[in-house]
Amino acid sequence: MGAVLTFDQARQPADKSRADAWADAWAVAAAVCDPEVPVLTIEDLGVLREVRIENGRVEAFITPTYSGCPAMNLIALNVEVALEEAGFTNVKVTSVLSPAWTTDWMSEAGKAKLAAYGIAPPKGKAGRRALFGEEVVACPRCGSADTAKVSEFGSTACKAHWRCRACAEPFDYFKCI
Amino acid sequence: MTDGPLFLATLRLADDALVLGHRLSEWCGHAPVLEEDLALANLGLDLIGQARSLYSYAGTVEGRGRDEDQLAYLRREGEYRNLLLVEQPNGDFAVTMTRQLLFSAFMHPFHVAMKASSDPTLAAIAAKAEKEMAYHVRHTGEWLIRLGDGTAESHRRAQAALDELWPYSGELFEVDEAMRAAIEAGFVPDPEAIRPRFDETIDHVLAEATLNKPKVGAFQAGGRAGRHSEHMGFLLADLQYMQRTYPNATW
Repeated sequence: MGAVLTFDQARQPADKSRADAWADAWAVAAAVCDPEVPVLTIEDLGVLREVRIENGRVEAFITPTYSGCPAMNLIALNVEVALEEAGFTNVKVTSVLSPAWTTDWMSEAGKAKLAAYGIAPPKGKAGRRALFGEEVVACPRCGSADTAKVSEFGSTACKAHWRCRACAEPFDYFKCI
Repeated sequence: MTDGPLFLATLRLADDALVLGHRLSEWCGHAPVLEEDLALANLGLDLIGQARSLYSYAGTVEGRGRDEDQLAYLRREGEYRNLLLVEQPNGDFAVTMTRQLLFSAFMHPFHVAMKASSDPTLAAIAAKAEKEMAYHVRHTGEWLIRLGDGTAESHRRAQAALDELWPYSGELFEVDEAMRAAIEAGFVPDPEAIRPRFDETIDHVLAEATLNKPKVGAFQAGGRAGRHSEHMGFLLADLQYMQRTYPNATW
């Protein structure tokens, strides 16, 4: 994570060191949850890319998972509110497109939380898959590999709809991109 | 026309994405099965998301203070530069899937190539869109195979959809003066370089689907110059209704 620490002036109160201020700002922004997958923070997802403090202004950089992700506006607003509630007065949230988000940025902790929540986490690395290839996804409930894709598209842009033949439950799979 | 090639190239991509995204949104609540209702809405969401990034950037490049909403909602029919293909009506499910496959089979490799654009913003938009379009190709390709290689009725409809829409596929490769300038500046890839990948995908799907590629003498064109089919006015009336009726409305 390329955190830029080139700030000239720490936020007030002055008893905090600048590094502390940055760490505080990062922690506050990082704790904001994805409104559509509330068990994951935007840090778990890799949506929070960077926090900068420059001249007393805190700027958080976030990146959308999908171009049309409808949660981005709410995430931006929630980050802004969280930082302001934590005492940062001059706050800006900027959305960046590059580099493009990939499930490779999802933390291992995030993947474990997803599975515990009943969503199969993205499998493996987001390499170039064959256009018409098959994939095997384990059921997040019973662990069986005897599963089938119902639809490439699920309840949100980032998920696909699968079902388990062993326990007969439907489940979401967080698509690997 | 004094608009520069970067603005025009960006606007065309934005118009394609918006108009096709809008067409897909018309399926909401009407798809044959619930899963497909979700899928079509998701495909549309990807395209409208891409359109937002592209329109925002087009507005910045243009430098006249127009934002994404003004470009999407406040232009007249003749000012839209989208492909005729994307404005064609949804028809039956086979028509929608065929239209989507023709578009995605071209746009996926196009975005892959545009990741190397000399313009960093277009490259960034392409890097996101490429991943999304890969899903669109796969989903629509699988459907066309299922329809074409399905029952006699689904085969008949899939072939009819292909016969109807194939004449609009030539416009994907059209290069006019503005486009040539954008290609030479390295903003967008040359569509001729995309053709082998497009052909490969289409040939693969049609072979599996037992469908025949239509032979046409001439392709339809005109969308890039703002000359649209009769369907476009109705589409815009629906798309722009709220903004025209309640200017500057937000929610």
